[in-house]
Amino acid sequence: SQQVRGTATLKMISIRLKSVKNIQKITQSMKMVSAAKYTKAERELKLARPYGIGAQEFYKKAEVKDEEGEKGQLIIAVSSDRGLCGAVHSSIGRIVKTDIAANPNTKVVIVGDKVRNILQRLYAKNIAMVVTEVGRKPAVFGDAALVAQSIINSGIEFSKGKILFNAFRTVVSFRTTEMPLYSQNAVANASKLPVYDSLDSDVIQSYTEFSLASLLFYSMKENATSEQSSRMTAMDNASKNAGEMIDKLTMTFNRTRQAVITRELIEIISGAAALETKN
Amino acid sequence: MALTRSALRLFSGRFTQACQVRGYADAPSMSLTFAAPSQVLYNNISVKQIDVPSFSGSFGILPAHVPTLAVLKPGVVTVFENDGSTKKFFVSSGTVTINEDSTVQLLAEEAVPVDTLDISAAKELLAQSQSQLASASSEVAKAEAEISIEVSEALVKACE
Repeated sequence: SQQVRGTATLKMISIRLKSVKNIQKITQSMKMVSAAKYTKAERELKLARPYGIGAQEFYKKAEVKDEEGEKGQLIIAVSSDRGLCGAVHSSIGRIVKTDIAANPNTKVVIVGDKVRNILQRLYAKNIAMVVTEVGRKPAVFGDAALVAQSIINSGIEFSKGKILFNAFRTVVSFRTTEMPLYSQNAVANASKLPVYDSLDSDVIQSYTEFSLASLLFYSMKENATSEQSSRMTAMDNASKNAGEMIDKLTMTFNRTRQAVITRELIEIISGAAALETKN
Repeated sequence: MALTRSALRLFSGRFTQACQVRGYADAPSMSLTFAAPSQVLYNNISVKQIDVPSFSGSFGILPAHVPTLAVLKPGVVTVFENDGSTKKFFVSSGTVTINEDSTVQLLAEEAVPVDTLDISAAKELLAQSQSQLASASSEVAKAEAEISIEVSEALVKACE
């Protein structure tokens, strides 16, 4: 029965070994794919950064402040649909949760399924809109314009707003950042607005709508780069961990195999010795 | 040899200083950031003048222009650089911001150099959009066709 147990364990170990080796192959290939997507995303982000930074300049220079009002807060949480990318989605979800706890009159527009899953259980009534099919292909301005148009068409009103996303720093690090969003009223009441010449409400409306699309586009680009680099790191770690498991399992496998052989030899030899002594 | 080199250095130092003194007498320059979502044309570059087409009229921006905001119309943006050269770009739409400190942010949805435009393709687009308008049924479709006509007319004008 010990013999039977030995070979049974041997089979179990070899099954486990095969499955871990497969997993390592998968994570390695995911890492390669993410590395390629990351290079492309970083290149596009470099071209989009002056646009995104330029889009925020007016609000800084005109010293626009949040509206004094009770219309609540709007958070646009930018993320994506796909997982296995480290802390990218959970860091956004965490900040949204603390924000809603601090300010219950908050509406959230979620870009990307993963954050929706995080928030759905406890904060379903704060979710105003969810955008899906995000992250598979690199974002273009048209996507951001579509989201911006839906937000505008839904007629959400807010006194204070922000876009929450993961800003890309380096291949190994990203920072969850927020960009302020201002309502048309906030812009109209900005302290330095009178400095700006010949503005009517039409121009302000068109300007803020275009800004919304531009800022959303920029945050999508930053987030995509952070996500791909984070996935690259996560898959690399997973491959390394799988490699360690493979080493340990191979060691156990070899030891078990040798133990089985030794046991068989001992039985044969002791059997032969018993026969000899009988004779 | 070393003496002449150090003499040259002294001379060039004084030369630059003189240039700097003269520099203060010039008008303050303005810094232009002209970008589209997928490309950067100018990033905080000092330029002399920018002509922009906007819905409130086409106007030229010089340093110390009064701060304003404007929405871009499909048309040609002309940038007059500091070295005297002129560059023209066709923009489809966007916004322009002129701030108090003479920084200008020109954010265009699409911007291409005018010499990359093909006039026959532009005329074809115009014909297409006109037939679209004729066959448009809903208000939204009509508005989209009218926008298309406006852009293609501007494109044809830019090519000529």
